[in-house]
Amino acid sequence: MYQIEKLTKTYTQGKRTVHALRDVSLRIEDGELLSIQGPTGGGKSTLLQALGGLDRPTSGSVVLDGKDLATMNDAGLTRVRARTVGFVFQNFNLIPTLTAQENVETALVPAGAAKADRARRAVAALESVGLGERADHLPGELSGGQQQRVAIARALVKDPTVLLADEPTGNLDEDTRDEIIDLLEGLWKEQGLTLVLVTHDSAVAARSPRRIRIAKGRVKELTGR
Amino acid sequence: MFLTYLRRELRNRRKQTAVVAIGLAVAIALVMVVSSVSAGVRDAQAAVLESVYGVGTDITVTQTAEPGEGGGFGPRRFDFGAEDGEATEDGTRQLAQERLTTTPGTTSFDAGTLDTVSGLENVSGAAATLELTSTSFSGEMPDLEQLGEGGGIAVAPRAGAGGGGQGGPSSFEIDQQTVTGIDPAAAAVGPLTTTEVADGRAFEASDAGQDVAVLDAVYAEQEEIGVGDTVSVGGSDVEVIGTVASTTGEGVETAANVYLPLDVAAALADLDAEVTTLYVQVDSSSNVEAVSEAIAAELPDATVSTQADLADGVSGSLSTASSLVSTLGTWLSVIVLLAAFGLAILFTVSGVNRRTRELGTLKALGWSQRRVVGQIAGESVAQGLIGGVAGVALGGLSVLAVNLSGITLSGSTGAQVALGGGRRMGQALPEGAGEAAAGGPAGFGGGAGGGLAGTVSDVVLQAPVSVWVVAAAVGLAVLGGLVAGVVGGQRAARLRPAEAFRSLA
Repeated sequence: MYQIEKLTKTYTQGKRTVHALRDVSLRIEDGELLSIQGPTGGGKSTLLQALGGLDRPTSGSVVLDGKDLATMNDAGLTRVRARTVGFVFQNFNLIPTLTAQENVETALVPAGAAKADRARRAVAALESVGLGERADHLPGELSGGQQQRVAIARALVKDPTVLLADEPTGNLDEDTRDEIIDLLEGLWKEQGLTLVLVTHDSAVAARSPRRIRIAKGRVKELTGR
Repeated sequence: MFLTYLRRELRNRRKQTAVVAIGLAVAIALVMVVSSVSAGVRDAQAAVLESVYGVGTDITVTQTAEPGEGGGFGPRRFDFGAEDGEATEDGTRQLAQERLTTTPGTTSFDAGTLDTVSGLENVSGAAATLELTSTSFSGEMPDLEQLGEGGGIAVAPRAGAGGGGQGGPSSFEIDQQTVTGIDPAAAAVGPLTTTEVADGRAFEASDAGQDVAVLDAVYAEQEEIGVGDTVSVGGSDVEVIGTVASTTGEGVETAANVYLPLDVAAALADLDAEVTTLYVQVDSSSNVEAVSEAIAAELPDATVSTQADLADGVSGSLSTASSLVSTLGTWLSVIVLLAAFGLAILFTVSGVNRRTRELGTLKALGWSQRRVVGQIAGESVAQGLIGGVAGVALGGLSVLAVNLSGITLSGSTGAQVALGGGRRMGQALPEGAGEAAAGGPAGFGGGAGGGLAGTVSDVVLQAPVSVWVVAAAVGLAVLGGLVAGVVGGQRAARLRPAEAFRSLA
């Protein structure tokens, strides 16, 4: 469970100061599917990064399962990212020189899994997203949808409790978009994940039980909690 | 995963890997060549010194001639009276004269100094030699009686042979040979310790007082003299009992053309109980300086030289090569090495910048900072290793090429001022040394001609490649990779995943 209190994030971009988040307070229950909508530059991705321990807030707290990610040291954050949180990115962010299976295995490296165990779990994760036959393919040999499936397999192979997806369908056509959303929805239901989905696509957001909107760093509930 | 990832990255960035590896390889090869050639030049210097002073000689003792002093400096005149030689029908006279003197620039001193030096503390061996130069004049000169007033003629071996003049035809030759008298019974120290018998036999203790000689094999071949023949030294014939060749290199001449028993050489040069050089062996290298000072104290007029002094005294192309390697070669290596390191760092940092998203993703997946830095450093070190192996191969081939090219370095030691060039130095003798004069006793002026004396040795450069040089070369390349990896890794370490993604937005 996430408990976010008065979360503020300010950073500089060139000579400009960006107020990405302003006093955001939010609670996300375990196993919840939450969509975050909003305009570009509104603070969606910044919030997601704070939830995943990728970035430290300027002020406020992000408590995950009783531990405040805002004050946690680097080693602690690394552990959280390695074990608890999985990420899916808009640009897939696969390593171009590694095969699909090896890309999935990179998520198991921090846990110190043995080579054979890594291979077995990576193949199983790829099969769970329907890409068991493409394990030996390089990202460049896969379609956009297939690459995103590999990225989802990579995020889930370590059995995280939280899956954070940043515009996962942003670079996909409509058909592929629906496939990926179906997949994520299915995995959420099957595995009881807490799924936080950043999207500017209303069609995608509409499938979430709970939706919030972030604009100019401020949060607004859209589902009337 | 580490190795798989590393291999794929290097393969994927072939051009970058090749450029970094080639840069390091060239630098490493240069370091190897400079290092090996430097060692080769050092060996050559040692060989030159050994060929002159023998193995195991730590100190030499000589005495420099004062200007005007008999042996070393001053004109060496061949004086002929009007009645000397045999008159021929065409109005010329056949003249020949030979003299044996101490090597130019040096003078002899009491042989009893050998006992003095041998008795010093920490001296483990000593030997004395008499180093001489035999100069001969032979040829036809105009009959001076027919030219006018009677008188003599004097010829100095300023430089050259042959001449013609107003008084009639003249033709003559001036030859020089170096002669060293050694104690036949003392073989442990001295110039013959770096020789081996090429033909016949070496001296034995019983040869003392006998008119026998051992010849330098190269000289003997040039002069077409064999064992059993006789050679003229200082006007006396001695029998050749053997030839010796240098052990420091094929075709390298030994310290002298002719070796005689010490007492025979002294008698021929009219220098009884005199020597020109002492060869001293010290029991430990740490005592060389102390013994050197003790000898200097005992023999205040002597010139006492240690191996280090002698090495400094080596001149010629060997000396030039030595200074070239130690200055230009070293600086060039340092500059190229720094350039290669800089190139490796530049490419690694640029690679990290290009892979911002990739490295940020790995951090988002839970890769620790150490693991990310290790991956970058590993790739960089692998590039260094490839460069090191290629550099060792390139350096090895370059050193092989140097060795196969047979570069001959010439090193000379000993006195720097002497009379005209001797044959063993291979100098062409210019014309005009001899002149014919019309009458009068004055004849031919002779002054001390300029020239190079001492001993000249040609050594073929052999640059050795030691295991240490190879290890150091690979180590340097890996170090270059490591430095680049650490710099690149630090950049990767500073990368925060969110900032990485934000910078790409």
